[in-house]
Amino acid sequence: MNSIKGRVHKYDISNIDTDVIIPGPYLKIHDPKELAKHAMEGLDPEFPQKVSEGDFMVCGSNFGCGSSREHAPIALSQLGIKAILAPSFARIFYRNAIDGGYLLPIEIEQQTLGRIFDKDELEVDLNQNKIVNLTRAESYVMMPFPKLVAKIVEAGGLIYYRNAEEEG
Amino acid sequence: MTITEKILARASGKTRIQAGDVGFVSVDKVMMHDVSGPGVIKVLSEWEKKGKKLDHIWDPDRVWIAEDHFVPAADKVSAENIMILSRWTKKYGIKKHFKYGLGQYGICHTLSHEEAMVLPGEVYVAGDSHTNTTGALGAFAAGLGHTDIAYILMNGKIWLKVPETMLFEITGTKPDYLMAKDIILRIIGDIGTDAANYKAMQFSGNIVKEMSMDERLTLTNMTTEAGAKNGIIEPDGVTESYLRQRTNASYSPILGDTDAKFSERLTYEIDKLEPTVAKPFSPGNISAARELQEIEIDKVYIGSCTGAKFEDLQAVARILKGRKVRVRTEVLPAAQSIYIKAVREGLASIFLEAGVVIGPPTCGACCGAHMGVLAEDEICVSTTNRNFPGRMGHVKSKTYLASPMVAAASAVRGKITDPRDIS
Repeated sequence: MNSIKGRVHKYDISNIDTDVIIPGPYLKIHDPKELAKHAMEGLDPEFPQKVSEGDFMVCGSNFGCGSSREHAPIALSQLGIKAILAPSFARIFYRNAIDGGYLLPIEIEQQTLGRIFDKDELEVDLNQNKIVNLTRAESYVMMPFPKLVAKIVEAGGLIYYRNAEEEG
Repeated sequence: MTITEKILARASGKTRIQAGDVGFVSVDKVMMHDVSGPGVIKVLSEWEKKGKKLDHIWDPDRVWIAEDHFVPAADKVSAENIMILSRWTKKYGIKKHFKYGLGQYGICHTLSHEEAMVLPGEVYVAGDSHTNTTGALGAFAAGLGHTDIAYILMNGKIWLKVPETMLFEITGTKPDYLMAKDIILRIIGDIGTDAANYKAMQFSGNIVKEMSMDERLTLTNMTTEAGAKNGIIEPDGVTESYLRQRTNASYSPILGDTDAKFSERLTYEIDKLEPTVAKPFSPGNISAARELQEIEIDKVYIGSCTGAKFEDLQAVARILKGRKVRVRTEVLPAAQSIYIKAVREGLASIFLEAGVVIGPPTCGACCGAHMGVLAEDEICVSTTNRNFPGRMGHVKSKTYLASPMVAAASAVRGKITDPRDIS
């Protein structure tokens, strides 16, 4: 794994839930492009116009709580979001992001949240578990992925993941 | 080891595991519905394009399907999703596909216990976050997304992190105006909506022992709203007799060890607990119902896997009997079998005479899908599980989560009401 760079969209709000990320009425839709048009509609209807390919989100704790809808990481990833940085994630959102290979859920320290601002440019170094804020010339730690999760990330999603046990 | 650790140890072929371990476990049962199913099938077809062989799936007899979110088909897209499911189950020989308008059907988390689709000691995962509900049967039950379910359909296993367990001992004497919903709302209000993230929530104590299965299911159902990976109750005589009325299948119940380690132990003595309501926009934003008694409401919604089980409807009927509702009220039984019982035992006529509209079993407006979604500024008291912005309709609608008794009492008064306060 190496490093990725992106521009920040910051929502300093805890418990951003999946009903806000992709509201219930759109759950019957399974076309990523169509879902992307409604990403974050419950919080910021302008969001799809603001995002460019490779951007990051920086959000409060328990990001993605609520339903198990994989529509949520699909919609964000289709817009171009490559990573979300938050002090914690709801577990199903975290799994979906990793296993589907959509985007990286990166756990940061609570105090880091206050140091990153909207439109900052960040570089996430996955080898050193380090985040560099290129705009402010600061760096922060990221919580390393658990070993198995790191392997799935490296593979690009659960479908590409193989280990000795799995090969049987 | 806790019951959760012991079930996951069994399913990973190990004699001992502990919280924090990450590894693959075998799955006993898996479910998807009309929202997650088409997503899973899409993942599978993308994998097929990349060269995966998909002429058969892992084990058609361990896979079951529910049609619940947008049924009866809410529009053309929903109808197409249901057709996608039907074609898929036919292709792969899945026999347990509960179709609306074709006998028993209903909300997946209700069918899982009504139809004994899951048994004590099993690992059950499904494409829905409220899968936690089924842990009341003494199973490990957790929700997953499309990719994970697709992986299980091919391999019969999935990676999991063994969760720490928070133990909630619920003790005392339960007043008759109190329901499991009041208890779990109080717990979520106290600990917060992310306190159980990555953890198991286990319930014990004399109150839980004395609870019926329907009430236990409300506790485990709402563990999702505290972020829990799973909710669980150790199987006992109540579990056994509940299941024996529904299945002849044999099973091996698993209990936790007496020296099991818990990350937290919290005791709730509930004698003085008040009927409790969660205000917009979080299940953790609680108040006593009496503190909100001046709030005028537009509507009452009695539905969902949380609040439309048979005993929930009985609790509503006890209050509505001989009374009229003062605001628009909907009752949507959680499954066809519950609807039939409500008709046979006279609950349906109590509802109708009170002025209530009865809808078909469906997730319906609980997830903002259809069948009574909310308008801008509309205020609803609901027996459901979430009140996030826009959850039940317009992003500026307001949902107060409550027990079936509080919901029924509120329907009678037209304001949020403690069941003790209706004449």
